[in-house]
Amino acid sequence: MAETVVNVKDFRKRYGSTVAVDGISFEVLPGEIFGLLGPNGAGKTSTLESLEGLRRPDGGSISVMGVDPQHGGSRFRNLIGVQLQSSGLPATMQVGEAMHLFCAYHGVSSRLDLIGRLGLAGKERNQFRQLSTGQQRRLALALAIAHRPPLVLFDEPTAGLDVESRNELHLLMQELRESGTAIILATHDMSEAEKLADRIAILLGGRIVATGTPREITAAGSGLTKISVRSERSILSRNGVRFPAVERSGEHDEYAIYFSADPGRTVASLLSHLSENRDPLIDLRVERPSLEERFLEITTQGEKR
Amino acid sequence: MNAFVAHTVYDFRSAFRNPSQLLMNYLFPIGVYLILGLIMTQINPLFAKSMVPAMILLAGMASFLLGLPGPLVEAREAGVFRSYKINGVPAFSILFIPVLTTVFHFLIACILILLTAAPLFHGELPTNWGPFALVTLLAALGYGSLGALIGVISGNSRVTVMLTQLIFLPSMLLGGLMVPLSMLPASIRGIAYILPTTHLMQAFLGAGYGEATGESFTTAIIVLAASSALSLGLAARLFSWDKQGDSRRVSPAAAIVSLAPFIVSAFFLK
Repeated sequence: MAETVVNVKDFRKRYGSTVAVDGISFEVLPGEIFGLLGPNGAGKTSTLESLEGLRRPDGGSISVMGVDPQHGGSRFRNLIGVQLQSSGLPATMQVGEAMHLFCAYHGVSSRLDLIGRLGLAGKERNQFRQLSTGQQRRLALALAIAHRPPLVLFDEPTAGLDVESRNELHLLMQELRESGTAIILATHDMSEAEKLADRIAILLGGRIVATGTPREITAAGSGLTKISVRSERSILSRNGVRFPAVERSGEHDEYAIYFSADPGRTVASLLSHLSENRDPLIDLRVERPSLEERFLEITTQGEKR
Repeated sequence: MNAFVAHTVYDFRSAFRNPSQLLMNYLFPIGVYLILGLIMTQINPLFAKSMVPAMILLAGMASFLLGLPGPLVEAREAGVFRSYKINGVPAFSILFIPVLTTVFHFLIACILILLTAAPLFHGELPTNWGPFALVTLLAALGYGSLGALIGVISGNSRVTVMLTQLIFLPSMLLGGLMVPLSMLPASIRGIAYILPTTHLMQAFLGAGYGEATGESFTTAIIVLAASSALSLGLAARLFSWDKQGDSRRVSPAAAIVSLAPFIVSAFFLK
């Protein structure tokens, strides 16, 4: 078995009387993208900041390649790269200066090639404040990976990015994974987590309430398949007929929506009903439950408790 | 390139890109120097004697007290220190490099004043250059350590302005820059000795110009060195990587201890 890159055991963090993280444990392996999901205040940021060595755990342990972030010094700093949500560079620092400076502190030679690779070629003398949000994020990423760390932490990496930049970033994260880099991805974007993460942990109230691959997490839900139907005369929306195996139904944007425990039977019955009533079909979509739906299910249940 | 050197070079250059630092390091002190040189020498011919040290101290206060703390507070608020920590930049570099580069800017301003004071305004140059240079370095150390401490303890930019003005304005009025200390009432002189500027001005005049002052050169050096050491130690102790102050273990109010040598001296020097 590959050596664990991140090892978090019974980690706890509190701020005064507020418990931010209440005893969570997880591991991340080399070449794995591990998604940390959760609503605001779930404990994601406290977990990330403790992994980055910015906060002291109040209980449990955290290690990266066996090194404690609080006591690892420069050895620990060379093990991680962090793309912060807000990039945190001085406004007047030039792109090239930032690369020179951070590489010098990591003890590696400057990686100006990364600046070009991340679409910042020709911007070496631009100050940080002159860059667009997308360019600032790309610079932060270049700085995070310049010293080739075995672990990279991403905190909302694509928030505020256009589609093109987002796809570029996803591609780069996949390349990093293929090269053996372990990645922790904290995000609110469920489709991003579902697309990229090998494993996910859902945090709620400082605890991990679900963990596994995206498929495992979605499968552990109600298991109902979503069927959306749109027809020319919209008779499904009007006549309120019940179809086999449907447990819930509703309407959205001219679509009749059904949540079925047996999608084959439901679809066959739906089509036959439309045909009998001479209402031509325009669109039919059958979707397995998404991670987002499962996430909402989990967090809603958690809040009710 | 060595990380420390790369960081110092960046920090030195950045002062020319940042309008507020450019203002405090050069435009404000040089502008005031030119205006006062034109006006004060006409009103009070004696000002020509104290003009050079007074303007050097003004430049020091502008650079270290008005210019240095703000960028430190802004950087902490913007998460720059967090980013630095993650990338292995030590706290020592974050505190020491801005002080060091401000020393370079201060020395440039000093040289400009020394080169122009005599030809432009008949300003008197020091008679003892060695002690004069020593007091200039002591001014850099004293103001630099105080500026770094203010940058460390200020929770936000408004507090920074308030704290710096608390030292800057009384220093301008009572520190002996505009009005000689001997002309102040004894009770006010006691208050004046709580300010580092007063000790520096006395040291400049006594050791640099051979004038009789109310404070010996040795006393001034001891008081200033003690306060600088306390300020530097407290700045290192109170340093926080971010505005949440999770890494800070001592109350910022402890910074008042750095003024203890001045307060003690005020009881003896009136």
